[in-house]
Amino acid sequence: MTARLQAAAASLAVALVAAGCGTSFTEIPIETPIQAKLNTEQFSRVLVAGFISGGSEDVDSNLETVRLLRSQLRTKSRLRVIDADVLPLMEVAGRQPGLAPEPEDASRAGAAGAQPPGELPPGIRDERDFEQFQTLFANVAYWKRIGEEFQQPLIVTGTILFTPHTRSGFVQREQEVYDSFGRRRTVPVRTYMERKGFILRPSFVFIDGRTGETLHTETFREEILYNASQTTPALSSYFELMDRLLPSFLNTLSSQKIRGTRVLLK
Amino acid sequence: MYFRPLALIVLLLVTTAAPVLADARGDARKQVEFGIAVAQKGLWREAIYRWIRATELDPTYAQAFNNLAVAYEQEGELPKAREAYERALALEPNNLLIQQNFDLFKEINDRTAPGGGR
Repeated sequence: MTARLQAAAASLAVALVAAGCGTSFTEIPIETPIQAKLNTEQFSRVLVAGFISGGSEDVDSNLETVRLLRSQLRTKSRLRVIDADVLPLMEVAGRQPGLAPEPEDASRAGAAGAQPPGELPPGIRDERDFEQFQTLFANVAYWKRIGEEFQQPLIVTGTILFTPHTRSGFVQREQEVYDSFGRRRTVPVRTYMERKGFILRPSFVFIDGRTGETLHTETFREEILYNASQTTPALSSYFELMDRLLPSFLNTLSSQKIRGTRVLLK
Repeated sequence: MYFRPLALIVLLLVTTAAPVLADARGDARKQVEFGIAVAQKGLWREAIYRWIRATELDPTYAQAFNNLAVAYEQEGELPKAREAYERALALEPNNLLIQQNFDLFKEINDRTAPGGGR
């Protein structure tokens, strides 16, 4: 839940108290239509090609993201989803000229001077490691060739970074207390906690399969933290984080209706 | 010498203006209530018409602006919705119900902003 949603939930509670004090209001469901960010009228098919991924080794973020996006697009978009093997983008990038790591990158990968030219560093640990792949997404000839192979669809590709994360600090939480009359109430308490979780940083690149040119890029960042004693599988955290950003991803390609409730006043 | 007639005119204006203002709010309130009734039946365009009428009758009616904003959200007219929420909150900055609606609106509006990712 975002900070703003939390604020909204808090203001709802206060508002309900205000409503109890005599303000006349009516709750009403609404559906807000949101226009697609990208005009996809000229495409009838979409190819989720694959992603350059890195971070946690517990989840294959490339394969999982391809599977998830394809299944979502099948049901929530008018575009026909192409079922094809996931492109080995890391290998493709390795074969591209000019993608040999800079000396600084090589040392960050723990192999200063030992990296053969033309090969990529063994692991992607942070966003800076993705910078060298930007030429792959800008390689118009490569994407045009892929487009021709699949009858000029809209191509979805990009980078996915799913990394474990720990953070410690003061956290505010509600604590139950009982007064001398036995009445229960909650009070906010600040406690020092060690928390661990994951950060998901996907960057989706939408490419025109007819020309190979990038049409749109969209970057997200979602984070989840649990109590340090809690054991949550990486895959379940990955899906939880993806679930948060899927509406925005889908809204790039197709119009969406967002359901909610509002308060009408007299 | 001139004070007495002037005072009389002022008194007359004050005593006649109050019922006129009360009437404006009363008429606007009728439009707002009708708008709510039709909105509940899904007739949002009619509701918009009624709430615009209410704001014309009484431009200080924050609740009418709030309802108008909600209707614009339903119709996908997000810039108009923002403008109406801002008018409502300018009139009643401490109204938590309007603030709550506006917070929820902003959550949606952020998604539609260019490059809407976070």
